Amino acid sequence: MPVKILIVEDSPTMRQLVGFALKRLPGAEIIEAADGVEGLKKINSNVFDLIITDINMPVMDGLKLISLVRRDVNYRNVPIMIITTEGGAEDRERALALGADAYITKPIQAGQVLDTARNLLGIA
Amino acid sequence: MTSDRNHNSQDDLGRESPRRPEEILNLMTKSADFIKELMEENERLRYRVVQLQEENQDLATGVAAGQRSEFIKQQIRQLEKEKDRILEEYRKVEEENKTFATRYINIEEENNNLANLYVCSFQLHSTLDFNEVVQIIMEIIINLIGGEDFGIYLFDDKTRKLKATAMEGMPIDNLRPIAMGEGIIGQTMVTGESFFDPVLQQPTRPEGKRSPENPLVCIPLKIKEKVIGVIVLYKLLPQKTQFQNVDYELFTLLAGHAATAIFSAKLYSEAQRKLDTIKGFMGLLTMSE
Repeated sequence: MPVKILIVEDSPTMRQLVGFALKRLPGAEIIEAADGVEGLKKINSNVFDLIITDINMPVMDGLKLISLVRRDVNYRNVPIMIITTEGGAEDRERALALGADAYITKPIQAGQVLDTARNLLGIA
Repeated sequence: MTSDRNHNSQDDLGRESPRRPEEILNLMTKSADFIKELMEENERLRYRVVQLQEENQDLATGVAAGQRSEFIKQQIRQLEKEKDRILEEYRKVEEENKTFATRYINIEEENNNLANLYVCSFQLHSTLDFNEVVQIIMEIIINLIGGEDFGIYLFDDKTRKLKATAMEGMPIDNLRPIAMGEGIIGQTMVTGESFFDPVLQQPTRPEGKRSPENPLVCIPLKIKEKVIGVIVLYKLLPQKTQFQNVDYELFTLLAGHAATAIFSAKLYSEAQRKLDTIKGFMGLLTMSE
């Protein structure tokens, strides 16, 4: 089953690392955005099955992006995964309260990202 | 009978003798008793025959049952053996399965590490812009190694000292140049050997900032045997609890790729600068003509 995934992250290296890991999902189409605003634009012009976002980004951060995405009726149930350097419990709780479904801290491990994506997409 | 009618009888010698009715009656009674006894004996014997037949049948049944039981026991023994063999096979398969699962996990891990390394080297060599290369190195250290405070020192040919080129988590302006052989960083530059503080092996590390001269990790940026600088790591992200084997490998491999990327970018920028100068001269020359 093809899946469309949006990666919102300001670091091109990180985008590529995450994208490379997720390409192992069958039929995965990866679309990248460098910040929250670019991410929102992509969200408005595409239908995504999963959104992955960083928190600390220029222009618009990941938490603002999540709150805006969750206001959109079409994206109320689309899973959101956060990948961030912020490892504090408060950041995690805040992100989950805003509507994130999974919270992964950096440094990332490709296997962990892939497994979390599989869980969120309901792929066995 | 004629003789009875005549009240005559014969004795043991066959002589005719007259019999009295009492004798005859006595004889008849005895005969009747005898017959009765015979009948009773017959009955007893019949009963005994029935008993014996039953016993015989029981014995026959017992023998058959014994044979059957022996057969079943044999079958059970065979099945027990078969079960043991199957269990042994199962145990072996289970063991193989575990070995394969472990190998799968290891291969998966290796695969992920290779993928990470591929992306890192791809990114590092995707540009010849020096600042971009440095930025990529910094991103890799944050995202893959989990560095919080770290930086890059590059060797300055003019001053013969290591100069901080990029720093994350601490102000770069306060960092003084480091002479060859001075402290851990200077020693790494001279020996070309990586330095890993033994504290990295411990599950908990002491909190607080480390001084610039006292890094947790110091990795030489080497092209073959020539050291062009070092990557220094002072602090890991709080969630990065321990430095694992893969981190050592990744860090060392990254340093190799980073070194060539930095070197190429430097050469390219120098060549570009020279080219621009030559172009400027050429421009001046053609203008003067």
